[in-house]
Amino acid sequence: MASEYGGMWKSLGMDLGAHDQLLAVLGQGYTDVFLSQANRPKGMDYFNFVMSEVHGLRIKEMLEAREQGEKIVGSYCVFVPEEIVRAAGATLVGLCSGGDFAMEEVERVLPRNTCALIKSSFGFKLGKVCPYLESADMIVGENTCDGKKKSYEELNKLVSNLYVMDLPQTKSENARALLKAEFVRFARAVEELTGNPITVESLKKGIAITNAKRQAMHRLEALRKADPEPISGLDALLASQVSFYDAPVRFTESVNALCDELEERIKDNVAVFPEKTPRILMSGCPMAVPNWKLPWIVESSGAVIVGEESCVGERGLRNLTDDSGQDVESLMEAIVDRYFKIDCAIFTPNEDRADHIVQMAKDYKADGVIQYALNFCQPYQIEAMGLESRMEKEGIPMLRIETDYSPEDAEQLKTRVEAFVEMIG
Amino acid sequence: MIFAGLDIGSRSMELVLLQKGRIVEWRKTDTGYDPLGQASHIMEGLSWDSLTATGYGRKLISDNLNAQAITEIQAHALGVRELFPEARTVLDIGGQDTKAMALLPNGKISRFEMNDRCAAGTGKFLEFMATSLSQPLEKFGGFALTGRPGVSINSMCTVFAETEATSLMAKGCKASDIALALHHSVVRRSLSMLKRVGLNDPVVFTGGVARNPCMVKLLEQDLAMNLCIPQNPEMTGALGAALYGASKARAHSTASK
Ligand code: SF4
Ligand code: SF4
Repeated sequence: MASEYGGMWKSLGMDLGAHDQLLAVLGQGYTDVFLSQANRPKGMDYFNFVMSEVHGLRIKEMLEAREQGEKIVGSYCVFVPEEIVRAAGATLVGLCSGGDFAMEEVERVLPRNTCALIKSSFGFKLGKVCPYLESADMIVGENTCDGKKKSYEELNKLVSNLYVMDLPQTKSENARALLKAEFVRFARAVEELTGNPITVESLKKGIAITNAKRQAMHRLEALRKADPEPISGLDALLASQVSFYDAPVRFTESVNALCDELEERIKDNVAVFPEKTPRILMSGCPMAVPNWKLPWIVESSGAVIVGEESCVGERGLRNLTDDSGQDVESLMEAIVDRYFKIDCAIFTPNEDRADHIVQMAKDYKADGVIQYALNFCQPYQIEAMGLESRMEKEGIPMLRIETDYSPEDAEQLKTRVEAFVEMIG
Repeated sequence: MIFAGLDIGSRSMELVLLQKGRIVEWRKTDTGYDPLGQASHIMEGLSWDSLTATGYGRKLISDNLNAQAITEIQAHALGVRELFPEARTVLDIGGQDTKAMALLPNGKISRFEMNDRCAAGTGKFLEFMATSLSQPLEKFGGFALTGRPGVSINSMCTVFAETEATSLMAKGCKASDIALALHHSVVRRSLSMLKRVGLNDPVVFTGGVARNPCMVKLLEQDLAMNLCIPQNPEMTGALGAALYGASKARAHSTASK
């Protein structure tokens, strides 16, 4: 891979030596975690291929489209409205931030007690190893938690194309008005970036592409309600991770093809785990690529993950955007409505999230919930405390995990997860 | 049928053989640097029908010695239930972990907590402190009991606590008073863990640290209740593992009838 794409990476200004190291670790991790699973659906071949070409073919494709004038917008959060980016004819990619890289350099810019997700995004920048980051024409930061919003001030010193979007903190009328104003401002900014005006037609198209992608994922999620499960939680997580950077139309087709196969599997009673395997709902912080540690531990401890209440999961995909509006104004309102429902822990109060977890636990017939927070992530850590009593009231067993991307606590986590699985099994 | 339970901890390993519900053999040795070798050593000359491993080394044993594995959390709950059927809360302080568990009246675990990552509040902490105060570990608790209250150690981190102890010594504090303060700090940490799982009487205290008289006294004082302590508090995990094997065999034979 290095030789084939070396020139491309170099032209993006990446550090080839460091990047080789990253790819080696990523490749090994992928082999150990994903390829070693038994009885995977054939439809996963596509996702294996995408992962193996994650820094190669997909980047090449994006750069070729850029030659034709298509701009690339990178985002760190599911609050960045994909419909608007697509309406302006640009492509949106998620900047993953799921692994530690160049941590010594990062800790010269950010305090050590910063969540791993934020540190990782800086590590990829300072280490010059992320081709998505390096090829983005616009990087969108959003004022979510304090950690993120303050660190964008620092990121702004490292990149020349950061656009910061303000976000509300409550679900009040005023808060909605703020989101609306910010989405309108963002629409102007992408219009300016691409030179393409956003029209009723282009918005409708943007909505259609994005909705189709979400609908395919909803279909996949619905199939995971089957008992026994036709697909592992790890593989479903992978599909949801890939949704952040793959070309949307092709992605949608591939997820639908996977779903066709899973339907067959359910009919034929083909499962990836033995019957009566305890079912776990994962909930909490986003699981960005390649943060597979905890899901891997769960699924190698005799449990199956049946759903993710996470931004890389249902929280990010749950709602569709109403496309019935006949003018730009009403379509923009529909987009705001859709995003305003996201129940990120930065909102206060945030009862919807707890309700969603309870609902999902029931829908997916989960035997227990594992709530995952990154160390130093106050929004999710604090919500976890309240969730614990709510879940107790609902009679749903819950395990609270705080961890980061480093492998050092893997054994300890394994013991706790296994004990939880024994407890609910 | 003989059921063997083997608990491979970070410091020591224990073996229990169970026949007709009675303990017919138990052994203990250091885990050392070659847990698998030590395990074969401890089991020399014995025979059994099923082996269940628990503790840190459970995976190693189950992979190599044809055993099933359960976590130390479940093993302790089972072991404690056998010894004290009424037990509702368990505190286990071993070499490297501290665990607290809440048990339902039917004996099932309803909640558990475990220390994360570092050695704060574990047997290792006490061992390290005993060494830095030049006390043999077995006598450390008794020594601390001769101390007088008034001094306090605030740090939970092993390294920082040693720094605190050293500077107290430099100020002329007596080693026994410092030892008492160190025990207090472990007790504080255990109590917060117990409270997190929800404290219900009776409380059972297990693990090697349950042999430490100062820990027992301070915990009983702060909880204002008596603790139940097994005769061999390190054995609970191995006993639980053996019991698990027995219950599996029972379930199997009823299922196949
Ligand atoms: S958790 Fe919040 S900040 Fe993070 S991606 Fe989700 S919505 Fe954005
Ligand atoms: S919400 Fe939590 S995980 Fe997300 S960036 Fe902030 S601190 Fe990190």
